[in-house]
Amino acid sequence: MFEQHFLILPIVLPLMAAPLCILLGQRQLAWLLATLVSALSCVISVNLLYAALDQGVLSYAVGGWAAPWGIEVRMDAASAMVLSLVTAISTLVLIYAKASIEKEIDSSRHTLFYTAHLLCLTGLSGILSTGDAFNLFVFLEISSLATYTLVSLASDRRSLTAAFRYLVMGTIGATFILIGVGMLYMQTGTLNMLDLADRIAQSGPSRTLNTGLAFILVGVSVKLALFPLHMWLPPAYTHSPSAVSAFLASTATKVAVYVMVRFIFTIYGVEYVFHNMGMDLILLLLAIVAIFKCSFMAMAQSNVKTVLAYSSVAQIGYMILGISLASAAGLMAGLLHVFNHALMKGALFMAVGAVLYRTGSVDIKAFRGLGKKMPLTMAAFVIGGMSIVGVPLTAGFVSKWYLVTAALEQQHWLIAFLILLGSLLAVIYIFRVIEAAYLKKPDESAASKDIKEAPMLMLIPMWVLALGNIYFGLDTTLSVAAAESAAQWLTQSSMSVGGGQ
Amino acid sequence: MSVIVDYYNYWVVVFLMMAGFYTVIAANNLVKKIVGLNIFQTSVFILYISMGKVSGGSAPIVAEGITTYSNPLPHVLILTAIVVGVATTAVGLALVVRIKRAYGTVEENEFKDKDDLI
Repeated sequence: MFEQHFLILPIVLPLMAAPLCILLGQRQLAWLLATLVSALSCVISVNLLYAALDQGVLSYAVGGWAAPWGIEVRMDAASAMVLSLVTAISTLVLIYAKASIEKEIDSSRHTLFYTAHLLCLTGLSGILSTGDAFNLFVFLEISSLATYTLVSLASDRRSLTAAFRYLVMGTIGATFILIGVGMLYMQTGTLNMLDLADRIAQSGPSRTLNTGLAFILVGVSVKLALFPLHMWLPPAYTHSPSAVSAFLASTATKVAVYVMVRFIFTIYGVEYVFHNMGMDLILLLLAIVAIFKCSFMAMAQSNVKTVLAYSSVAQIGYMILGISLASAAGLMAGLLHVFNHALMKGALFMAVGAVLYRTGSVDIKAFRGLGKKMPLTMAAFVIGGMSIVGVPLTAGFVSKWYLVTAALEQQHWLIAFLILLGSLLAVIYIFRVIEAAYLKKPDESAASKDIKEAPMLMLIPMWVLALGNIYFGLDTTLSVAAAESAAQWLTQSSMSVGGGQ
Repeated sequence: MSVIVDYYNYWVVVFLMMAGFYTVIAANNLVKKIVGLNIFQTSVFILYISMGKVSGGSAPIVAEGITTYSNPLPHVLILTAIVVGVATTAVGLALVVRIKRAYGTVEENEFKDKDDLI
């Protein structure tokens, strides 16, 4: 009897626990509560993923009101896959955060950090589970508002201006999505995603729907930091606390990619977006420019967090590239890269956070000689870096492989070549850091003598993600099966609408 | 002419939207940016509210002798969006207060050269 409510628990649990964190007042207790709740959501989500792979789709009527009148919570392979990923990363980041935020956030704000983190998790789970277009906007704003707070928590004052810039751009993006959803409602009179898909397929293209699509795509592109709307991302990731960078880099933008997939494949359908509107070419061009422009930007930075931030924008380019191929194989490669990129960026940002914890700096000069002083941290960084580059036996290789295969399937030789060239650029910016850590001599000042390995609580989650990169590079059964089934479900449903359900 | 008169509500929306958007981009003062953001969001509220109007329809309250009602759903939706807008404004203004404390100014051009990023 209780099991039928499992679908809503990943939203409800963190939402209930968030105010409790403030009420507890004590930061140790708040940390424990937040971690336990996040871990519980993760266990439930993984169960849901297996159920969704088994049964295809799970549905829950909130408050007992049947769709399309009530709000439907709906879970298929794509949403369950990203939900499991988000809750797992959230749990690891919370374990990591306990030590990490001690040096980066004022101790009076620690309980607020856990509250904001849980609210952000609530919003992200909500986006992933809802079957209602307007509800999606509300959850998007819940997670975004929590994110602005998280970014501004760092003691560095530049985090404030970064958060402000993020707030302005994020709100404009979200408002664009709101306008787009309004246009959809105007034309179709419904907000339920499946209902929308049905009615759009029946009514065919119209100017209102085209305008709505344009608004939604631009709005979501701001949220997922697609070039050239990525300007908020580098400062936000650079100046926020390390635990926040690790969490945002591996979840927030990924969920925005999911939102784009939802709107393109489930609601509008491949036919409408790619064939009628020709969006594939625009997305493809922006994705390729993102890969190259931001890889070059990453090479020019001296702050390692900024390097990783620009690299994130470049990697988002790969995901959008996969989507813009408009085939099941391309979508599957895109979703797989969402999953794998979360693993690598999580590990990398955690390693950089550990360096900040011990040396007090994330400048590339601070990395000199760390290969000897912090061997475990730097080894995790190397594994994450190899995965970004796409070295065989790492997760990054698997998704690049599928991406190249998907491009070749459509005879796009040039695109396949550009994907490989982009990986070479990643070698340069990752190797600059590795070179500093292993080949440069450490400076022998008194302060740098007593640098030692990061604390256990930071190393464990970092290494779970680093080993995850290797595990999902060797044994791809789970990740590929989930991405494949998600892509199949999404492309199928967008081909077969009109029949109705 | 009829394009303007028949769709005057949309022209109001477009005007407010562009005015707000321009303020967000052009304003130098961070508080003014937040005000612009607010006007931008308000225009969308009007878009939603005016789309719920059914011509000849009355307020959606059941009463004798009335058969046509306006659609109440967009109004309910926009209540949620208004709450979101208020929350965004609150977070934005709180950030401005902290920026003022940390930098001593809320004028964008005055701290641009001290820190390379805003």
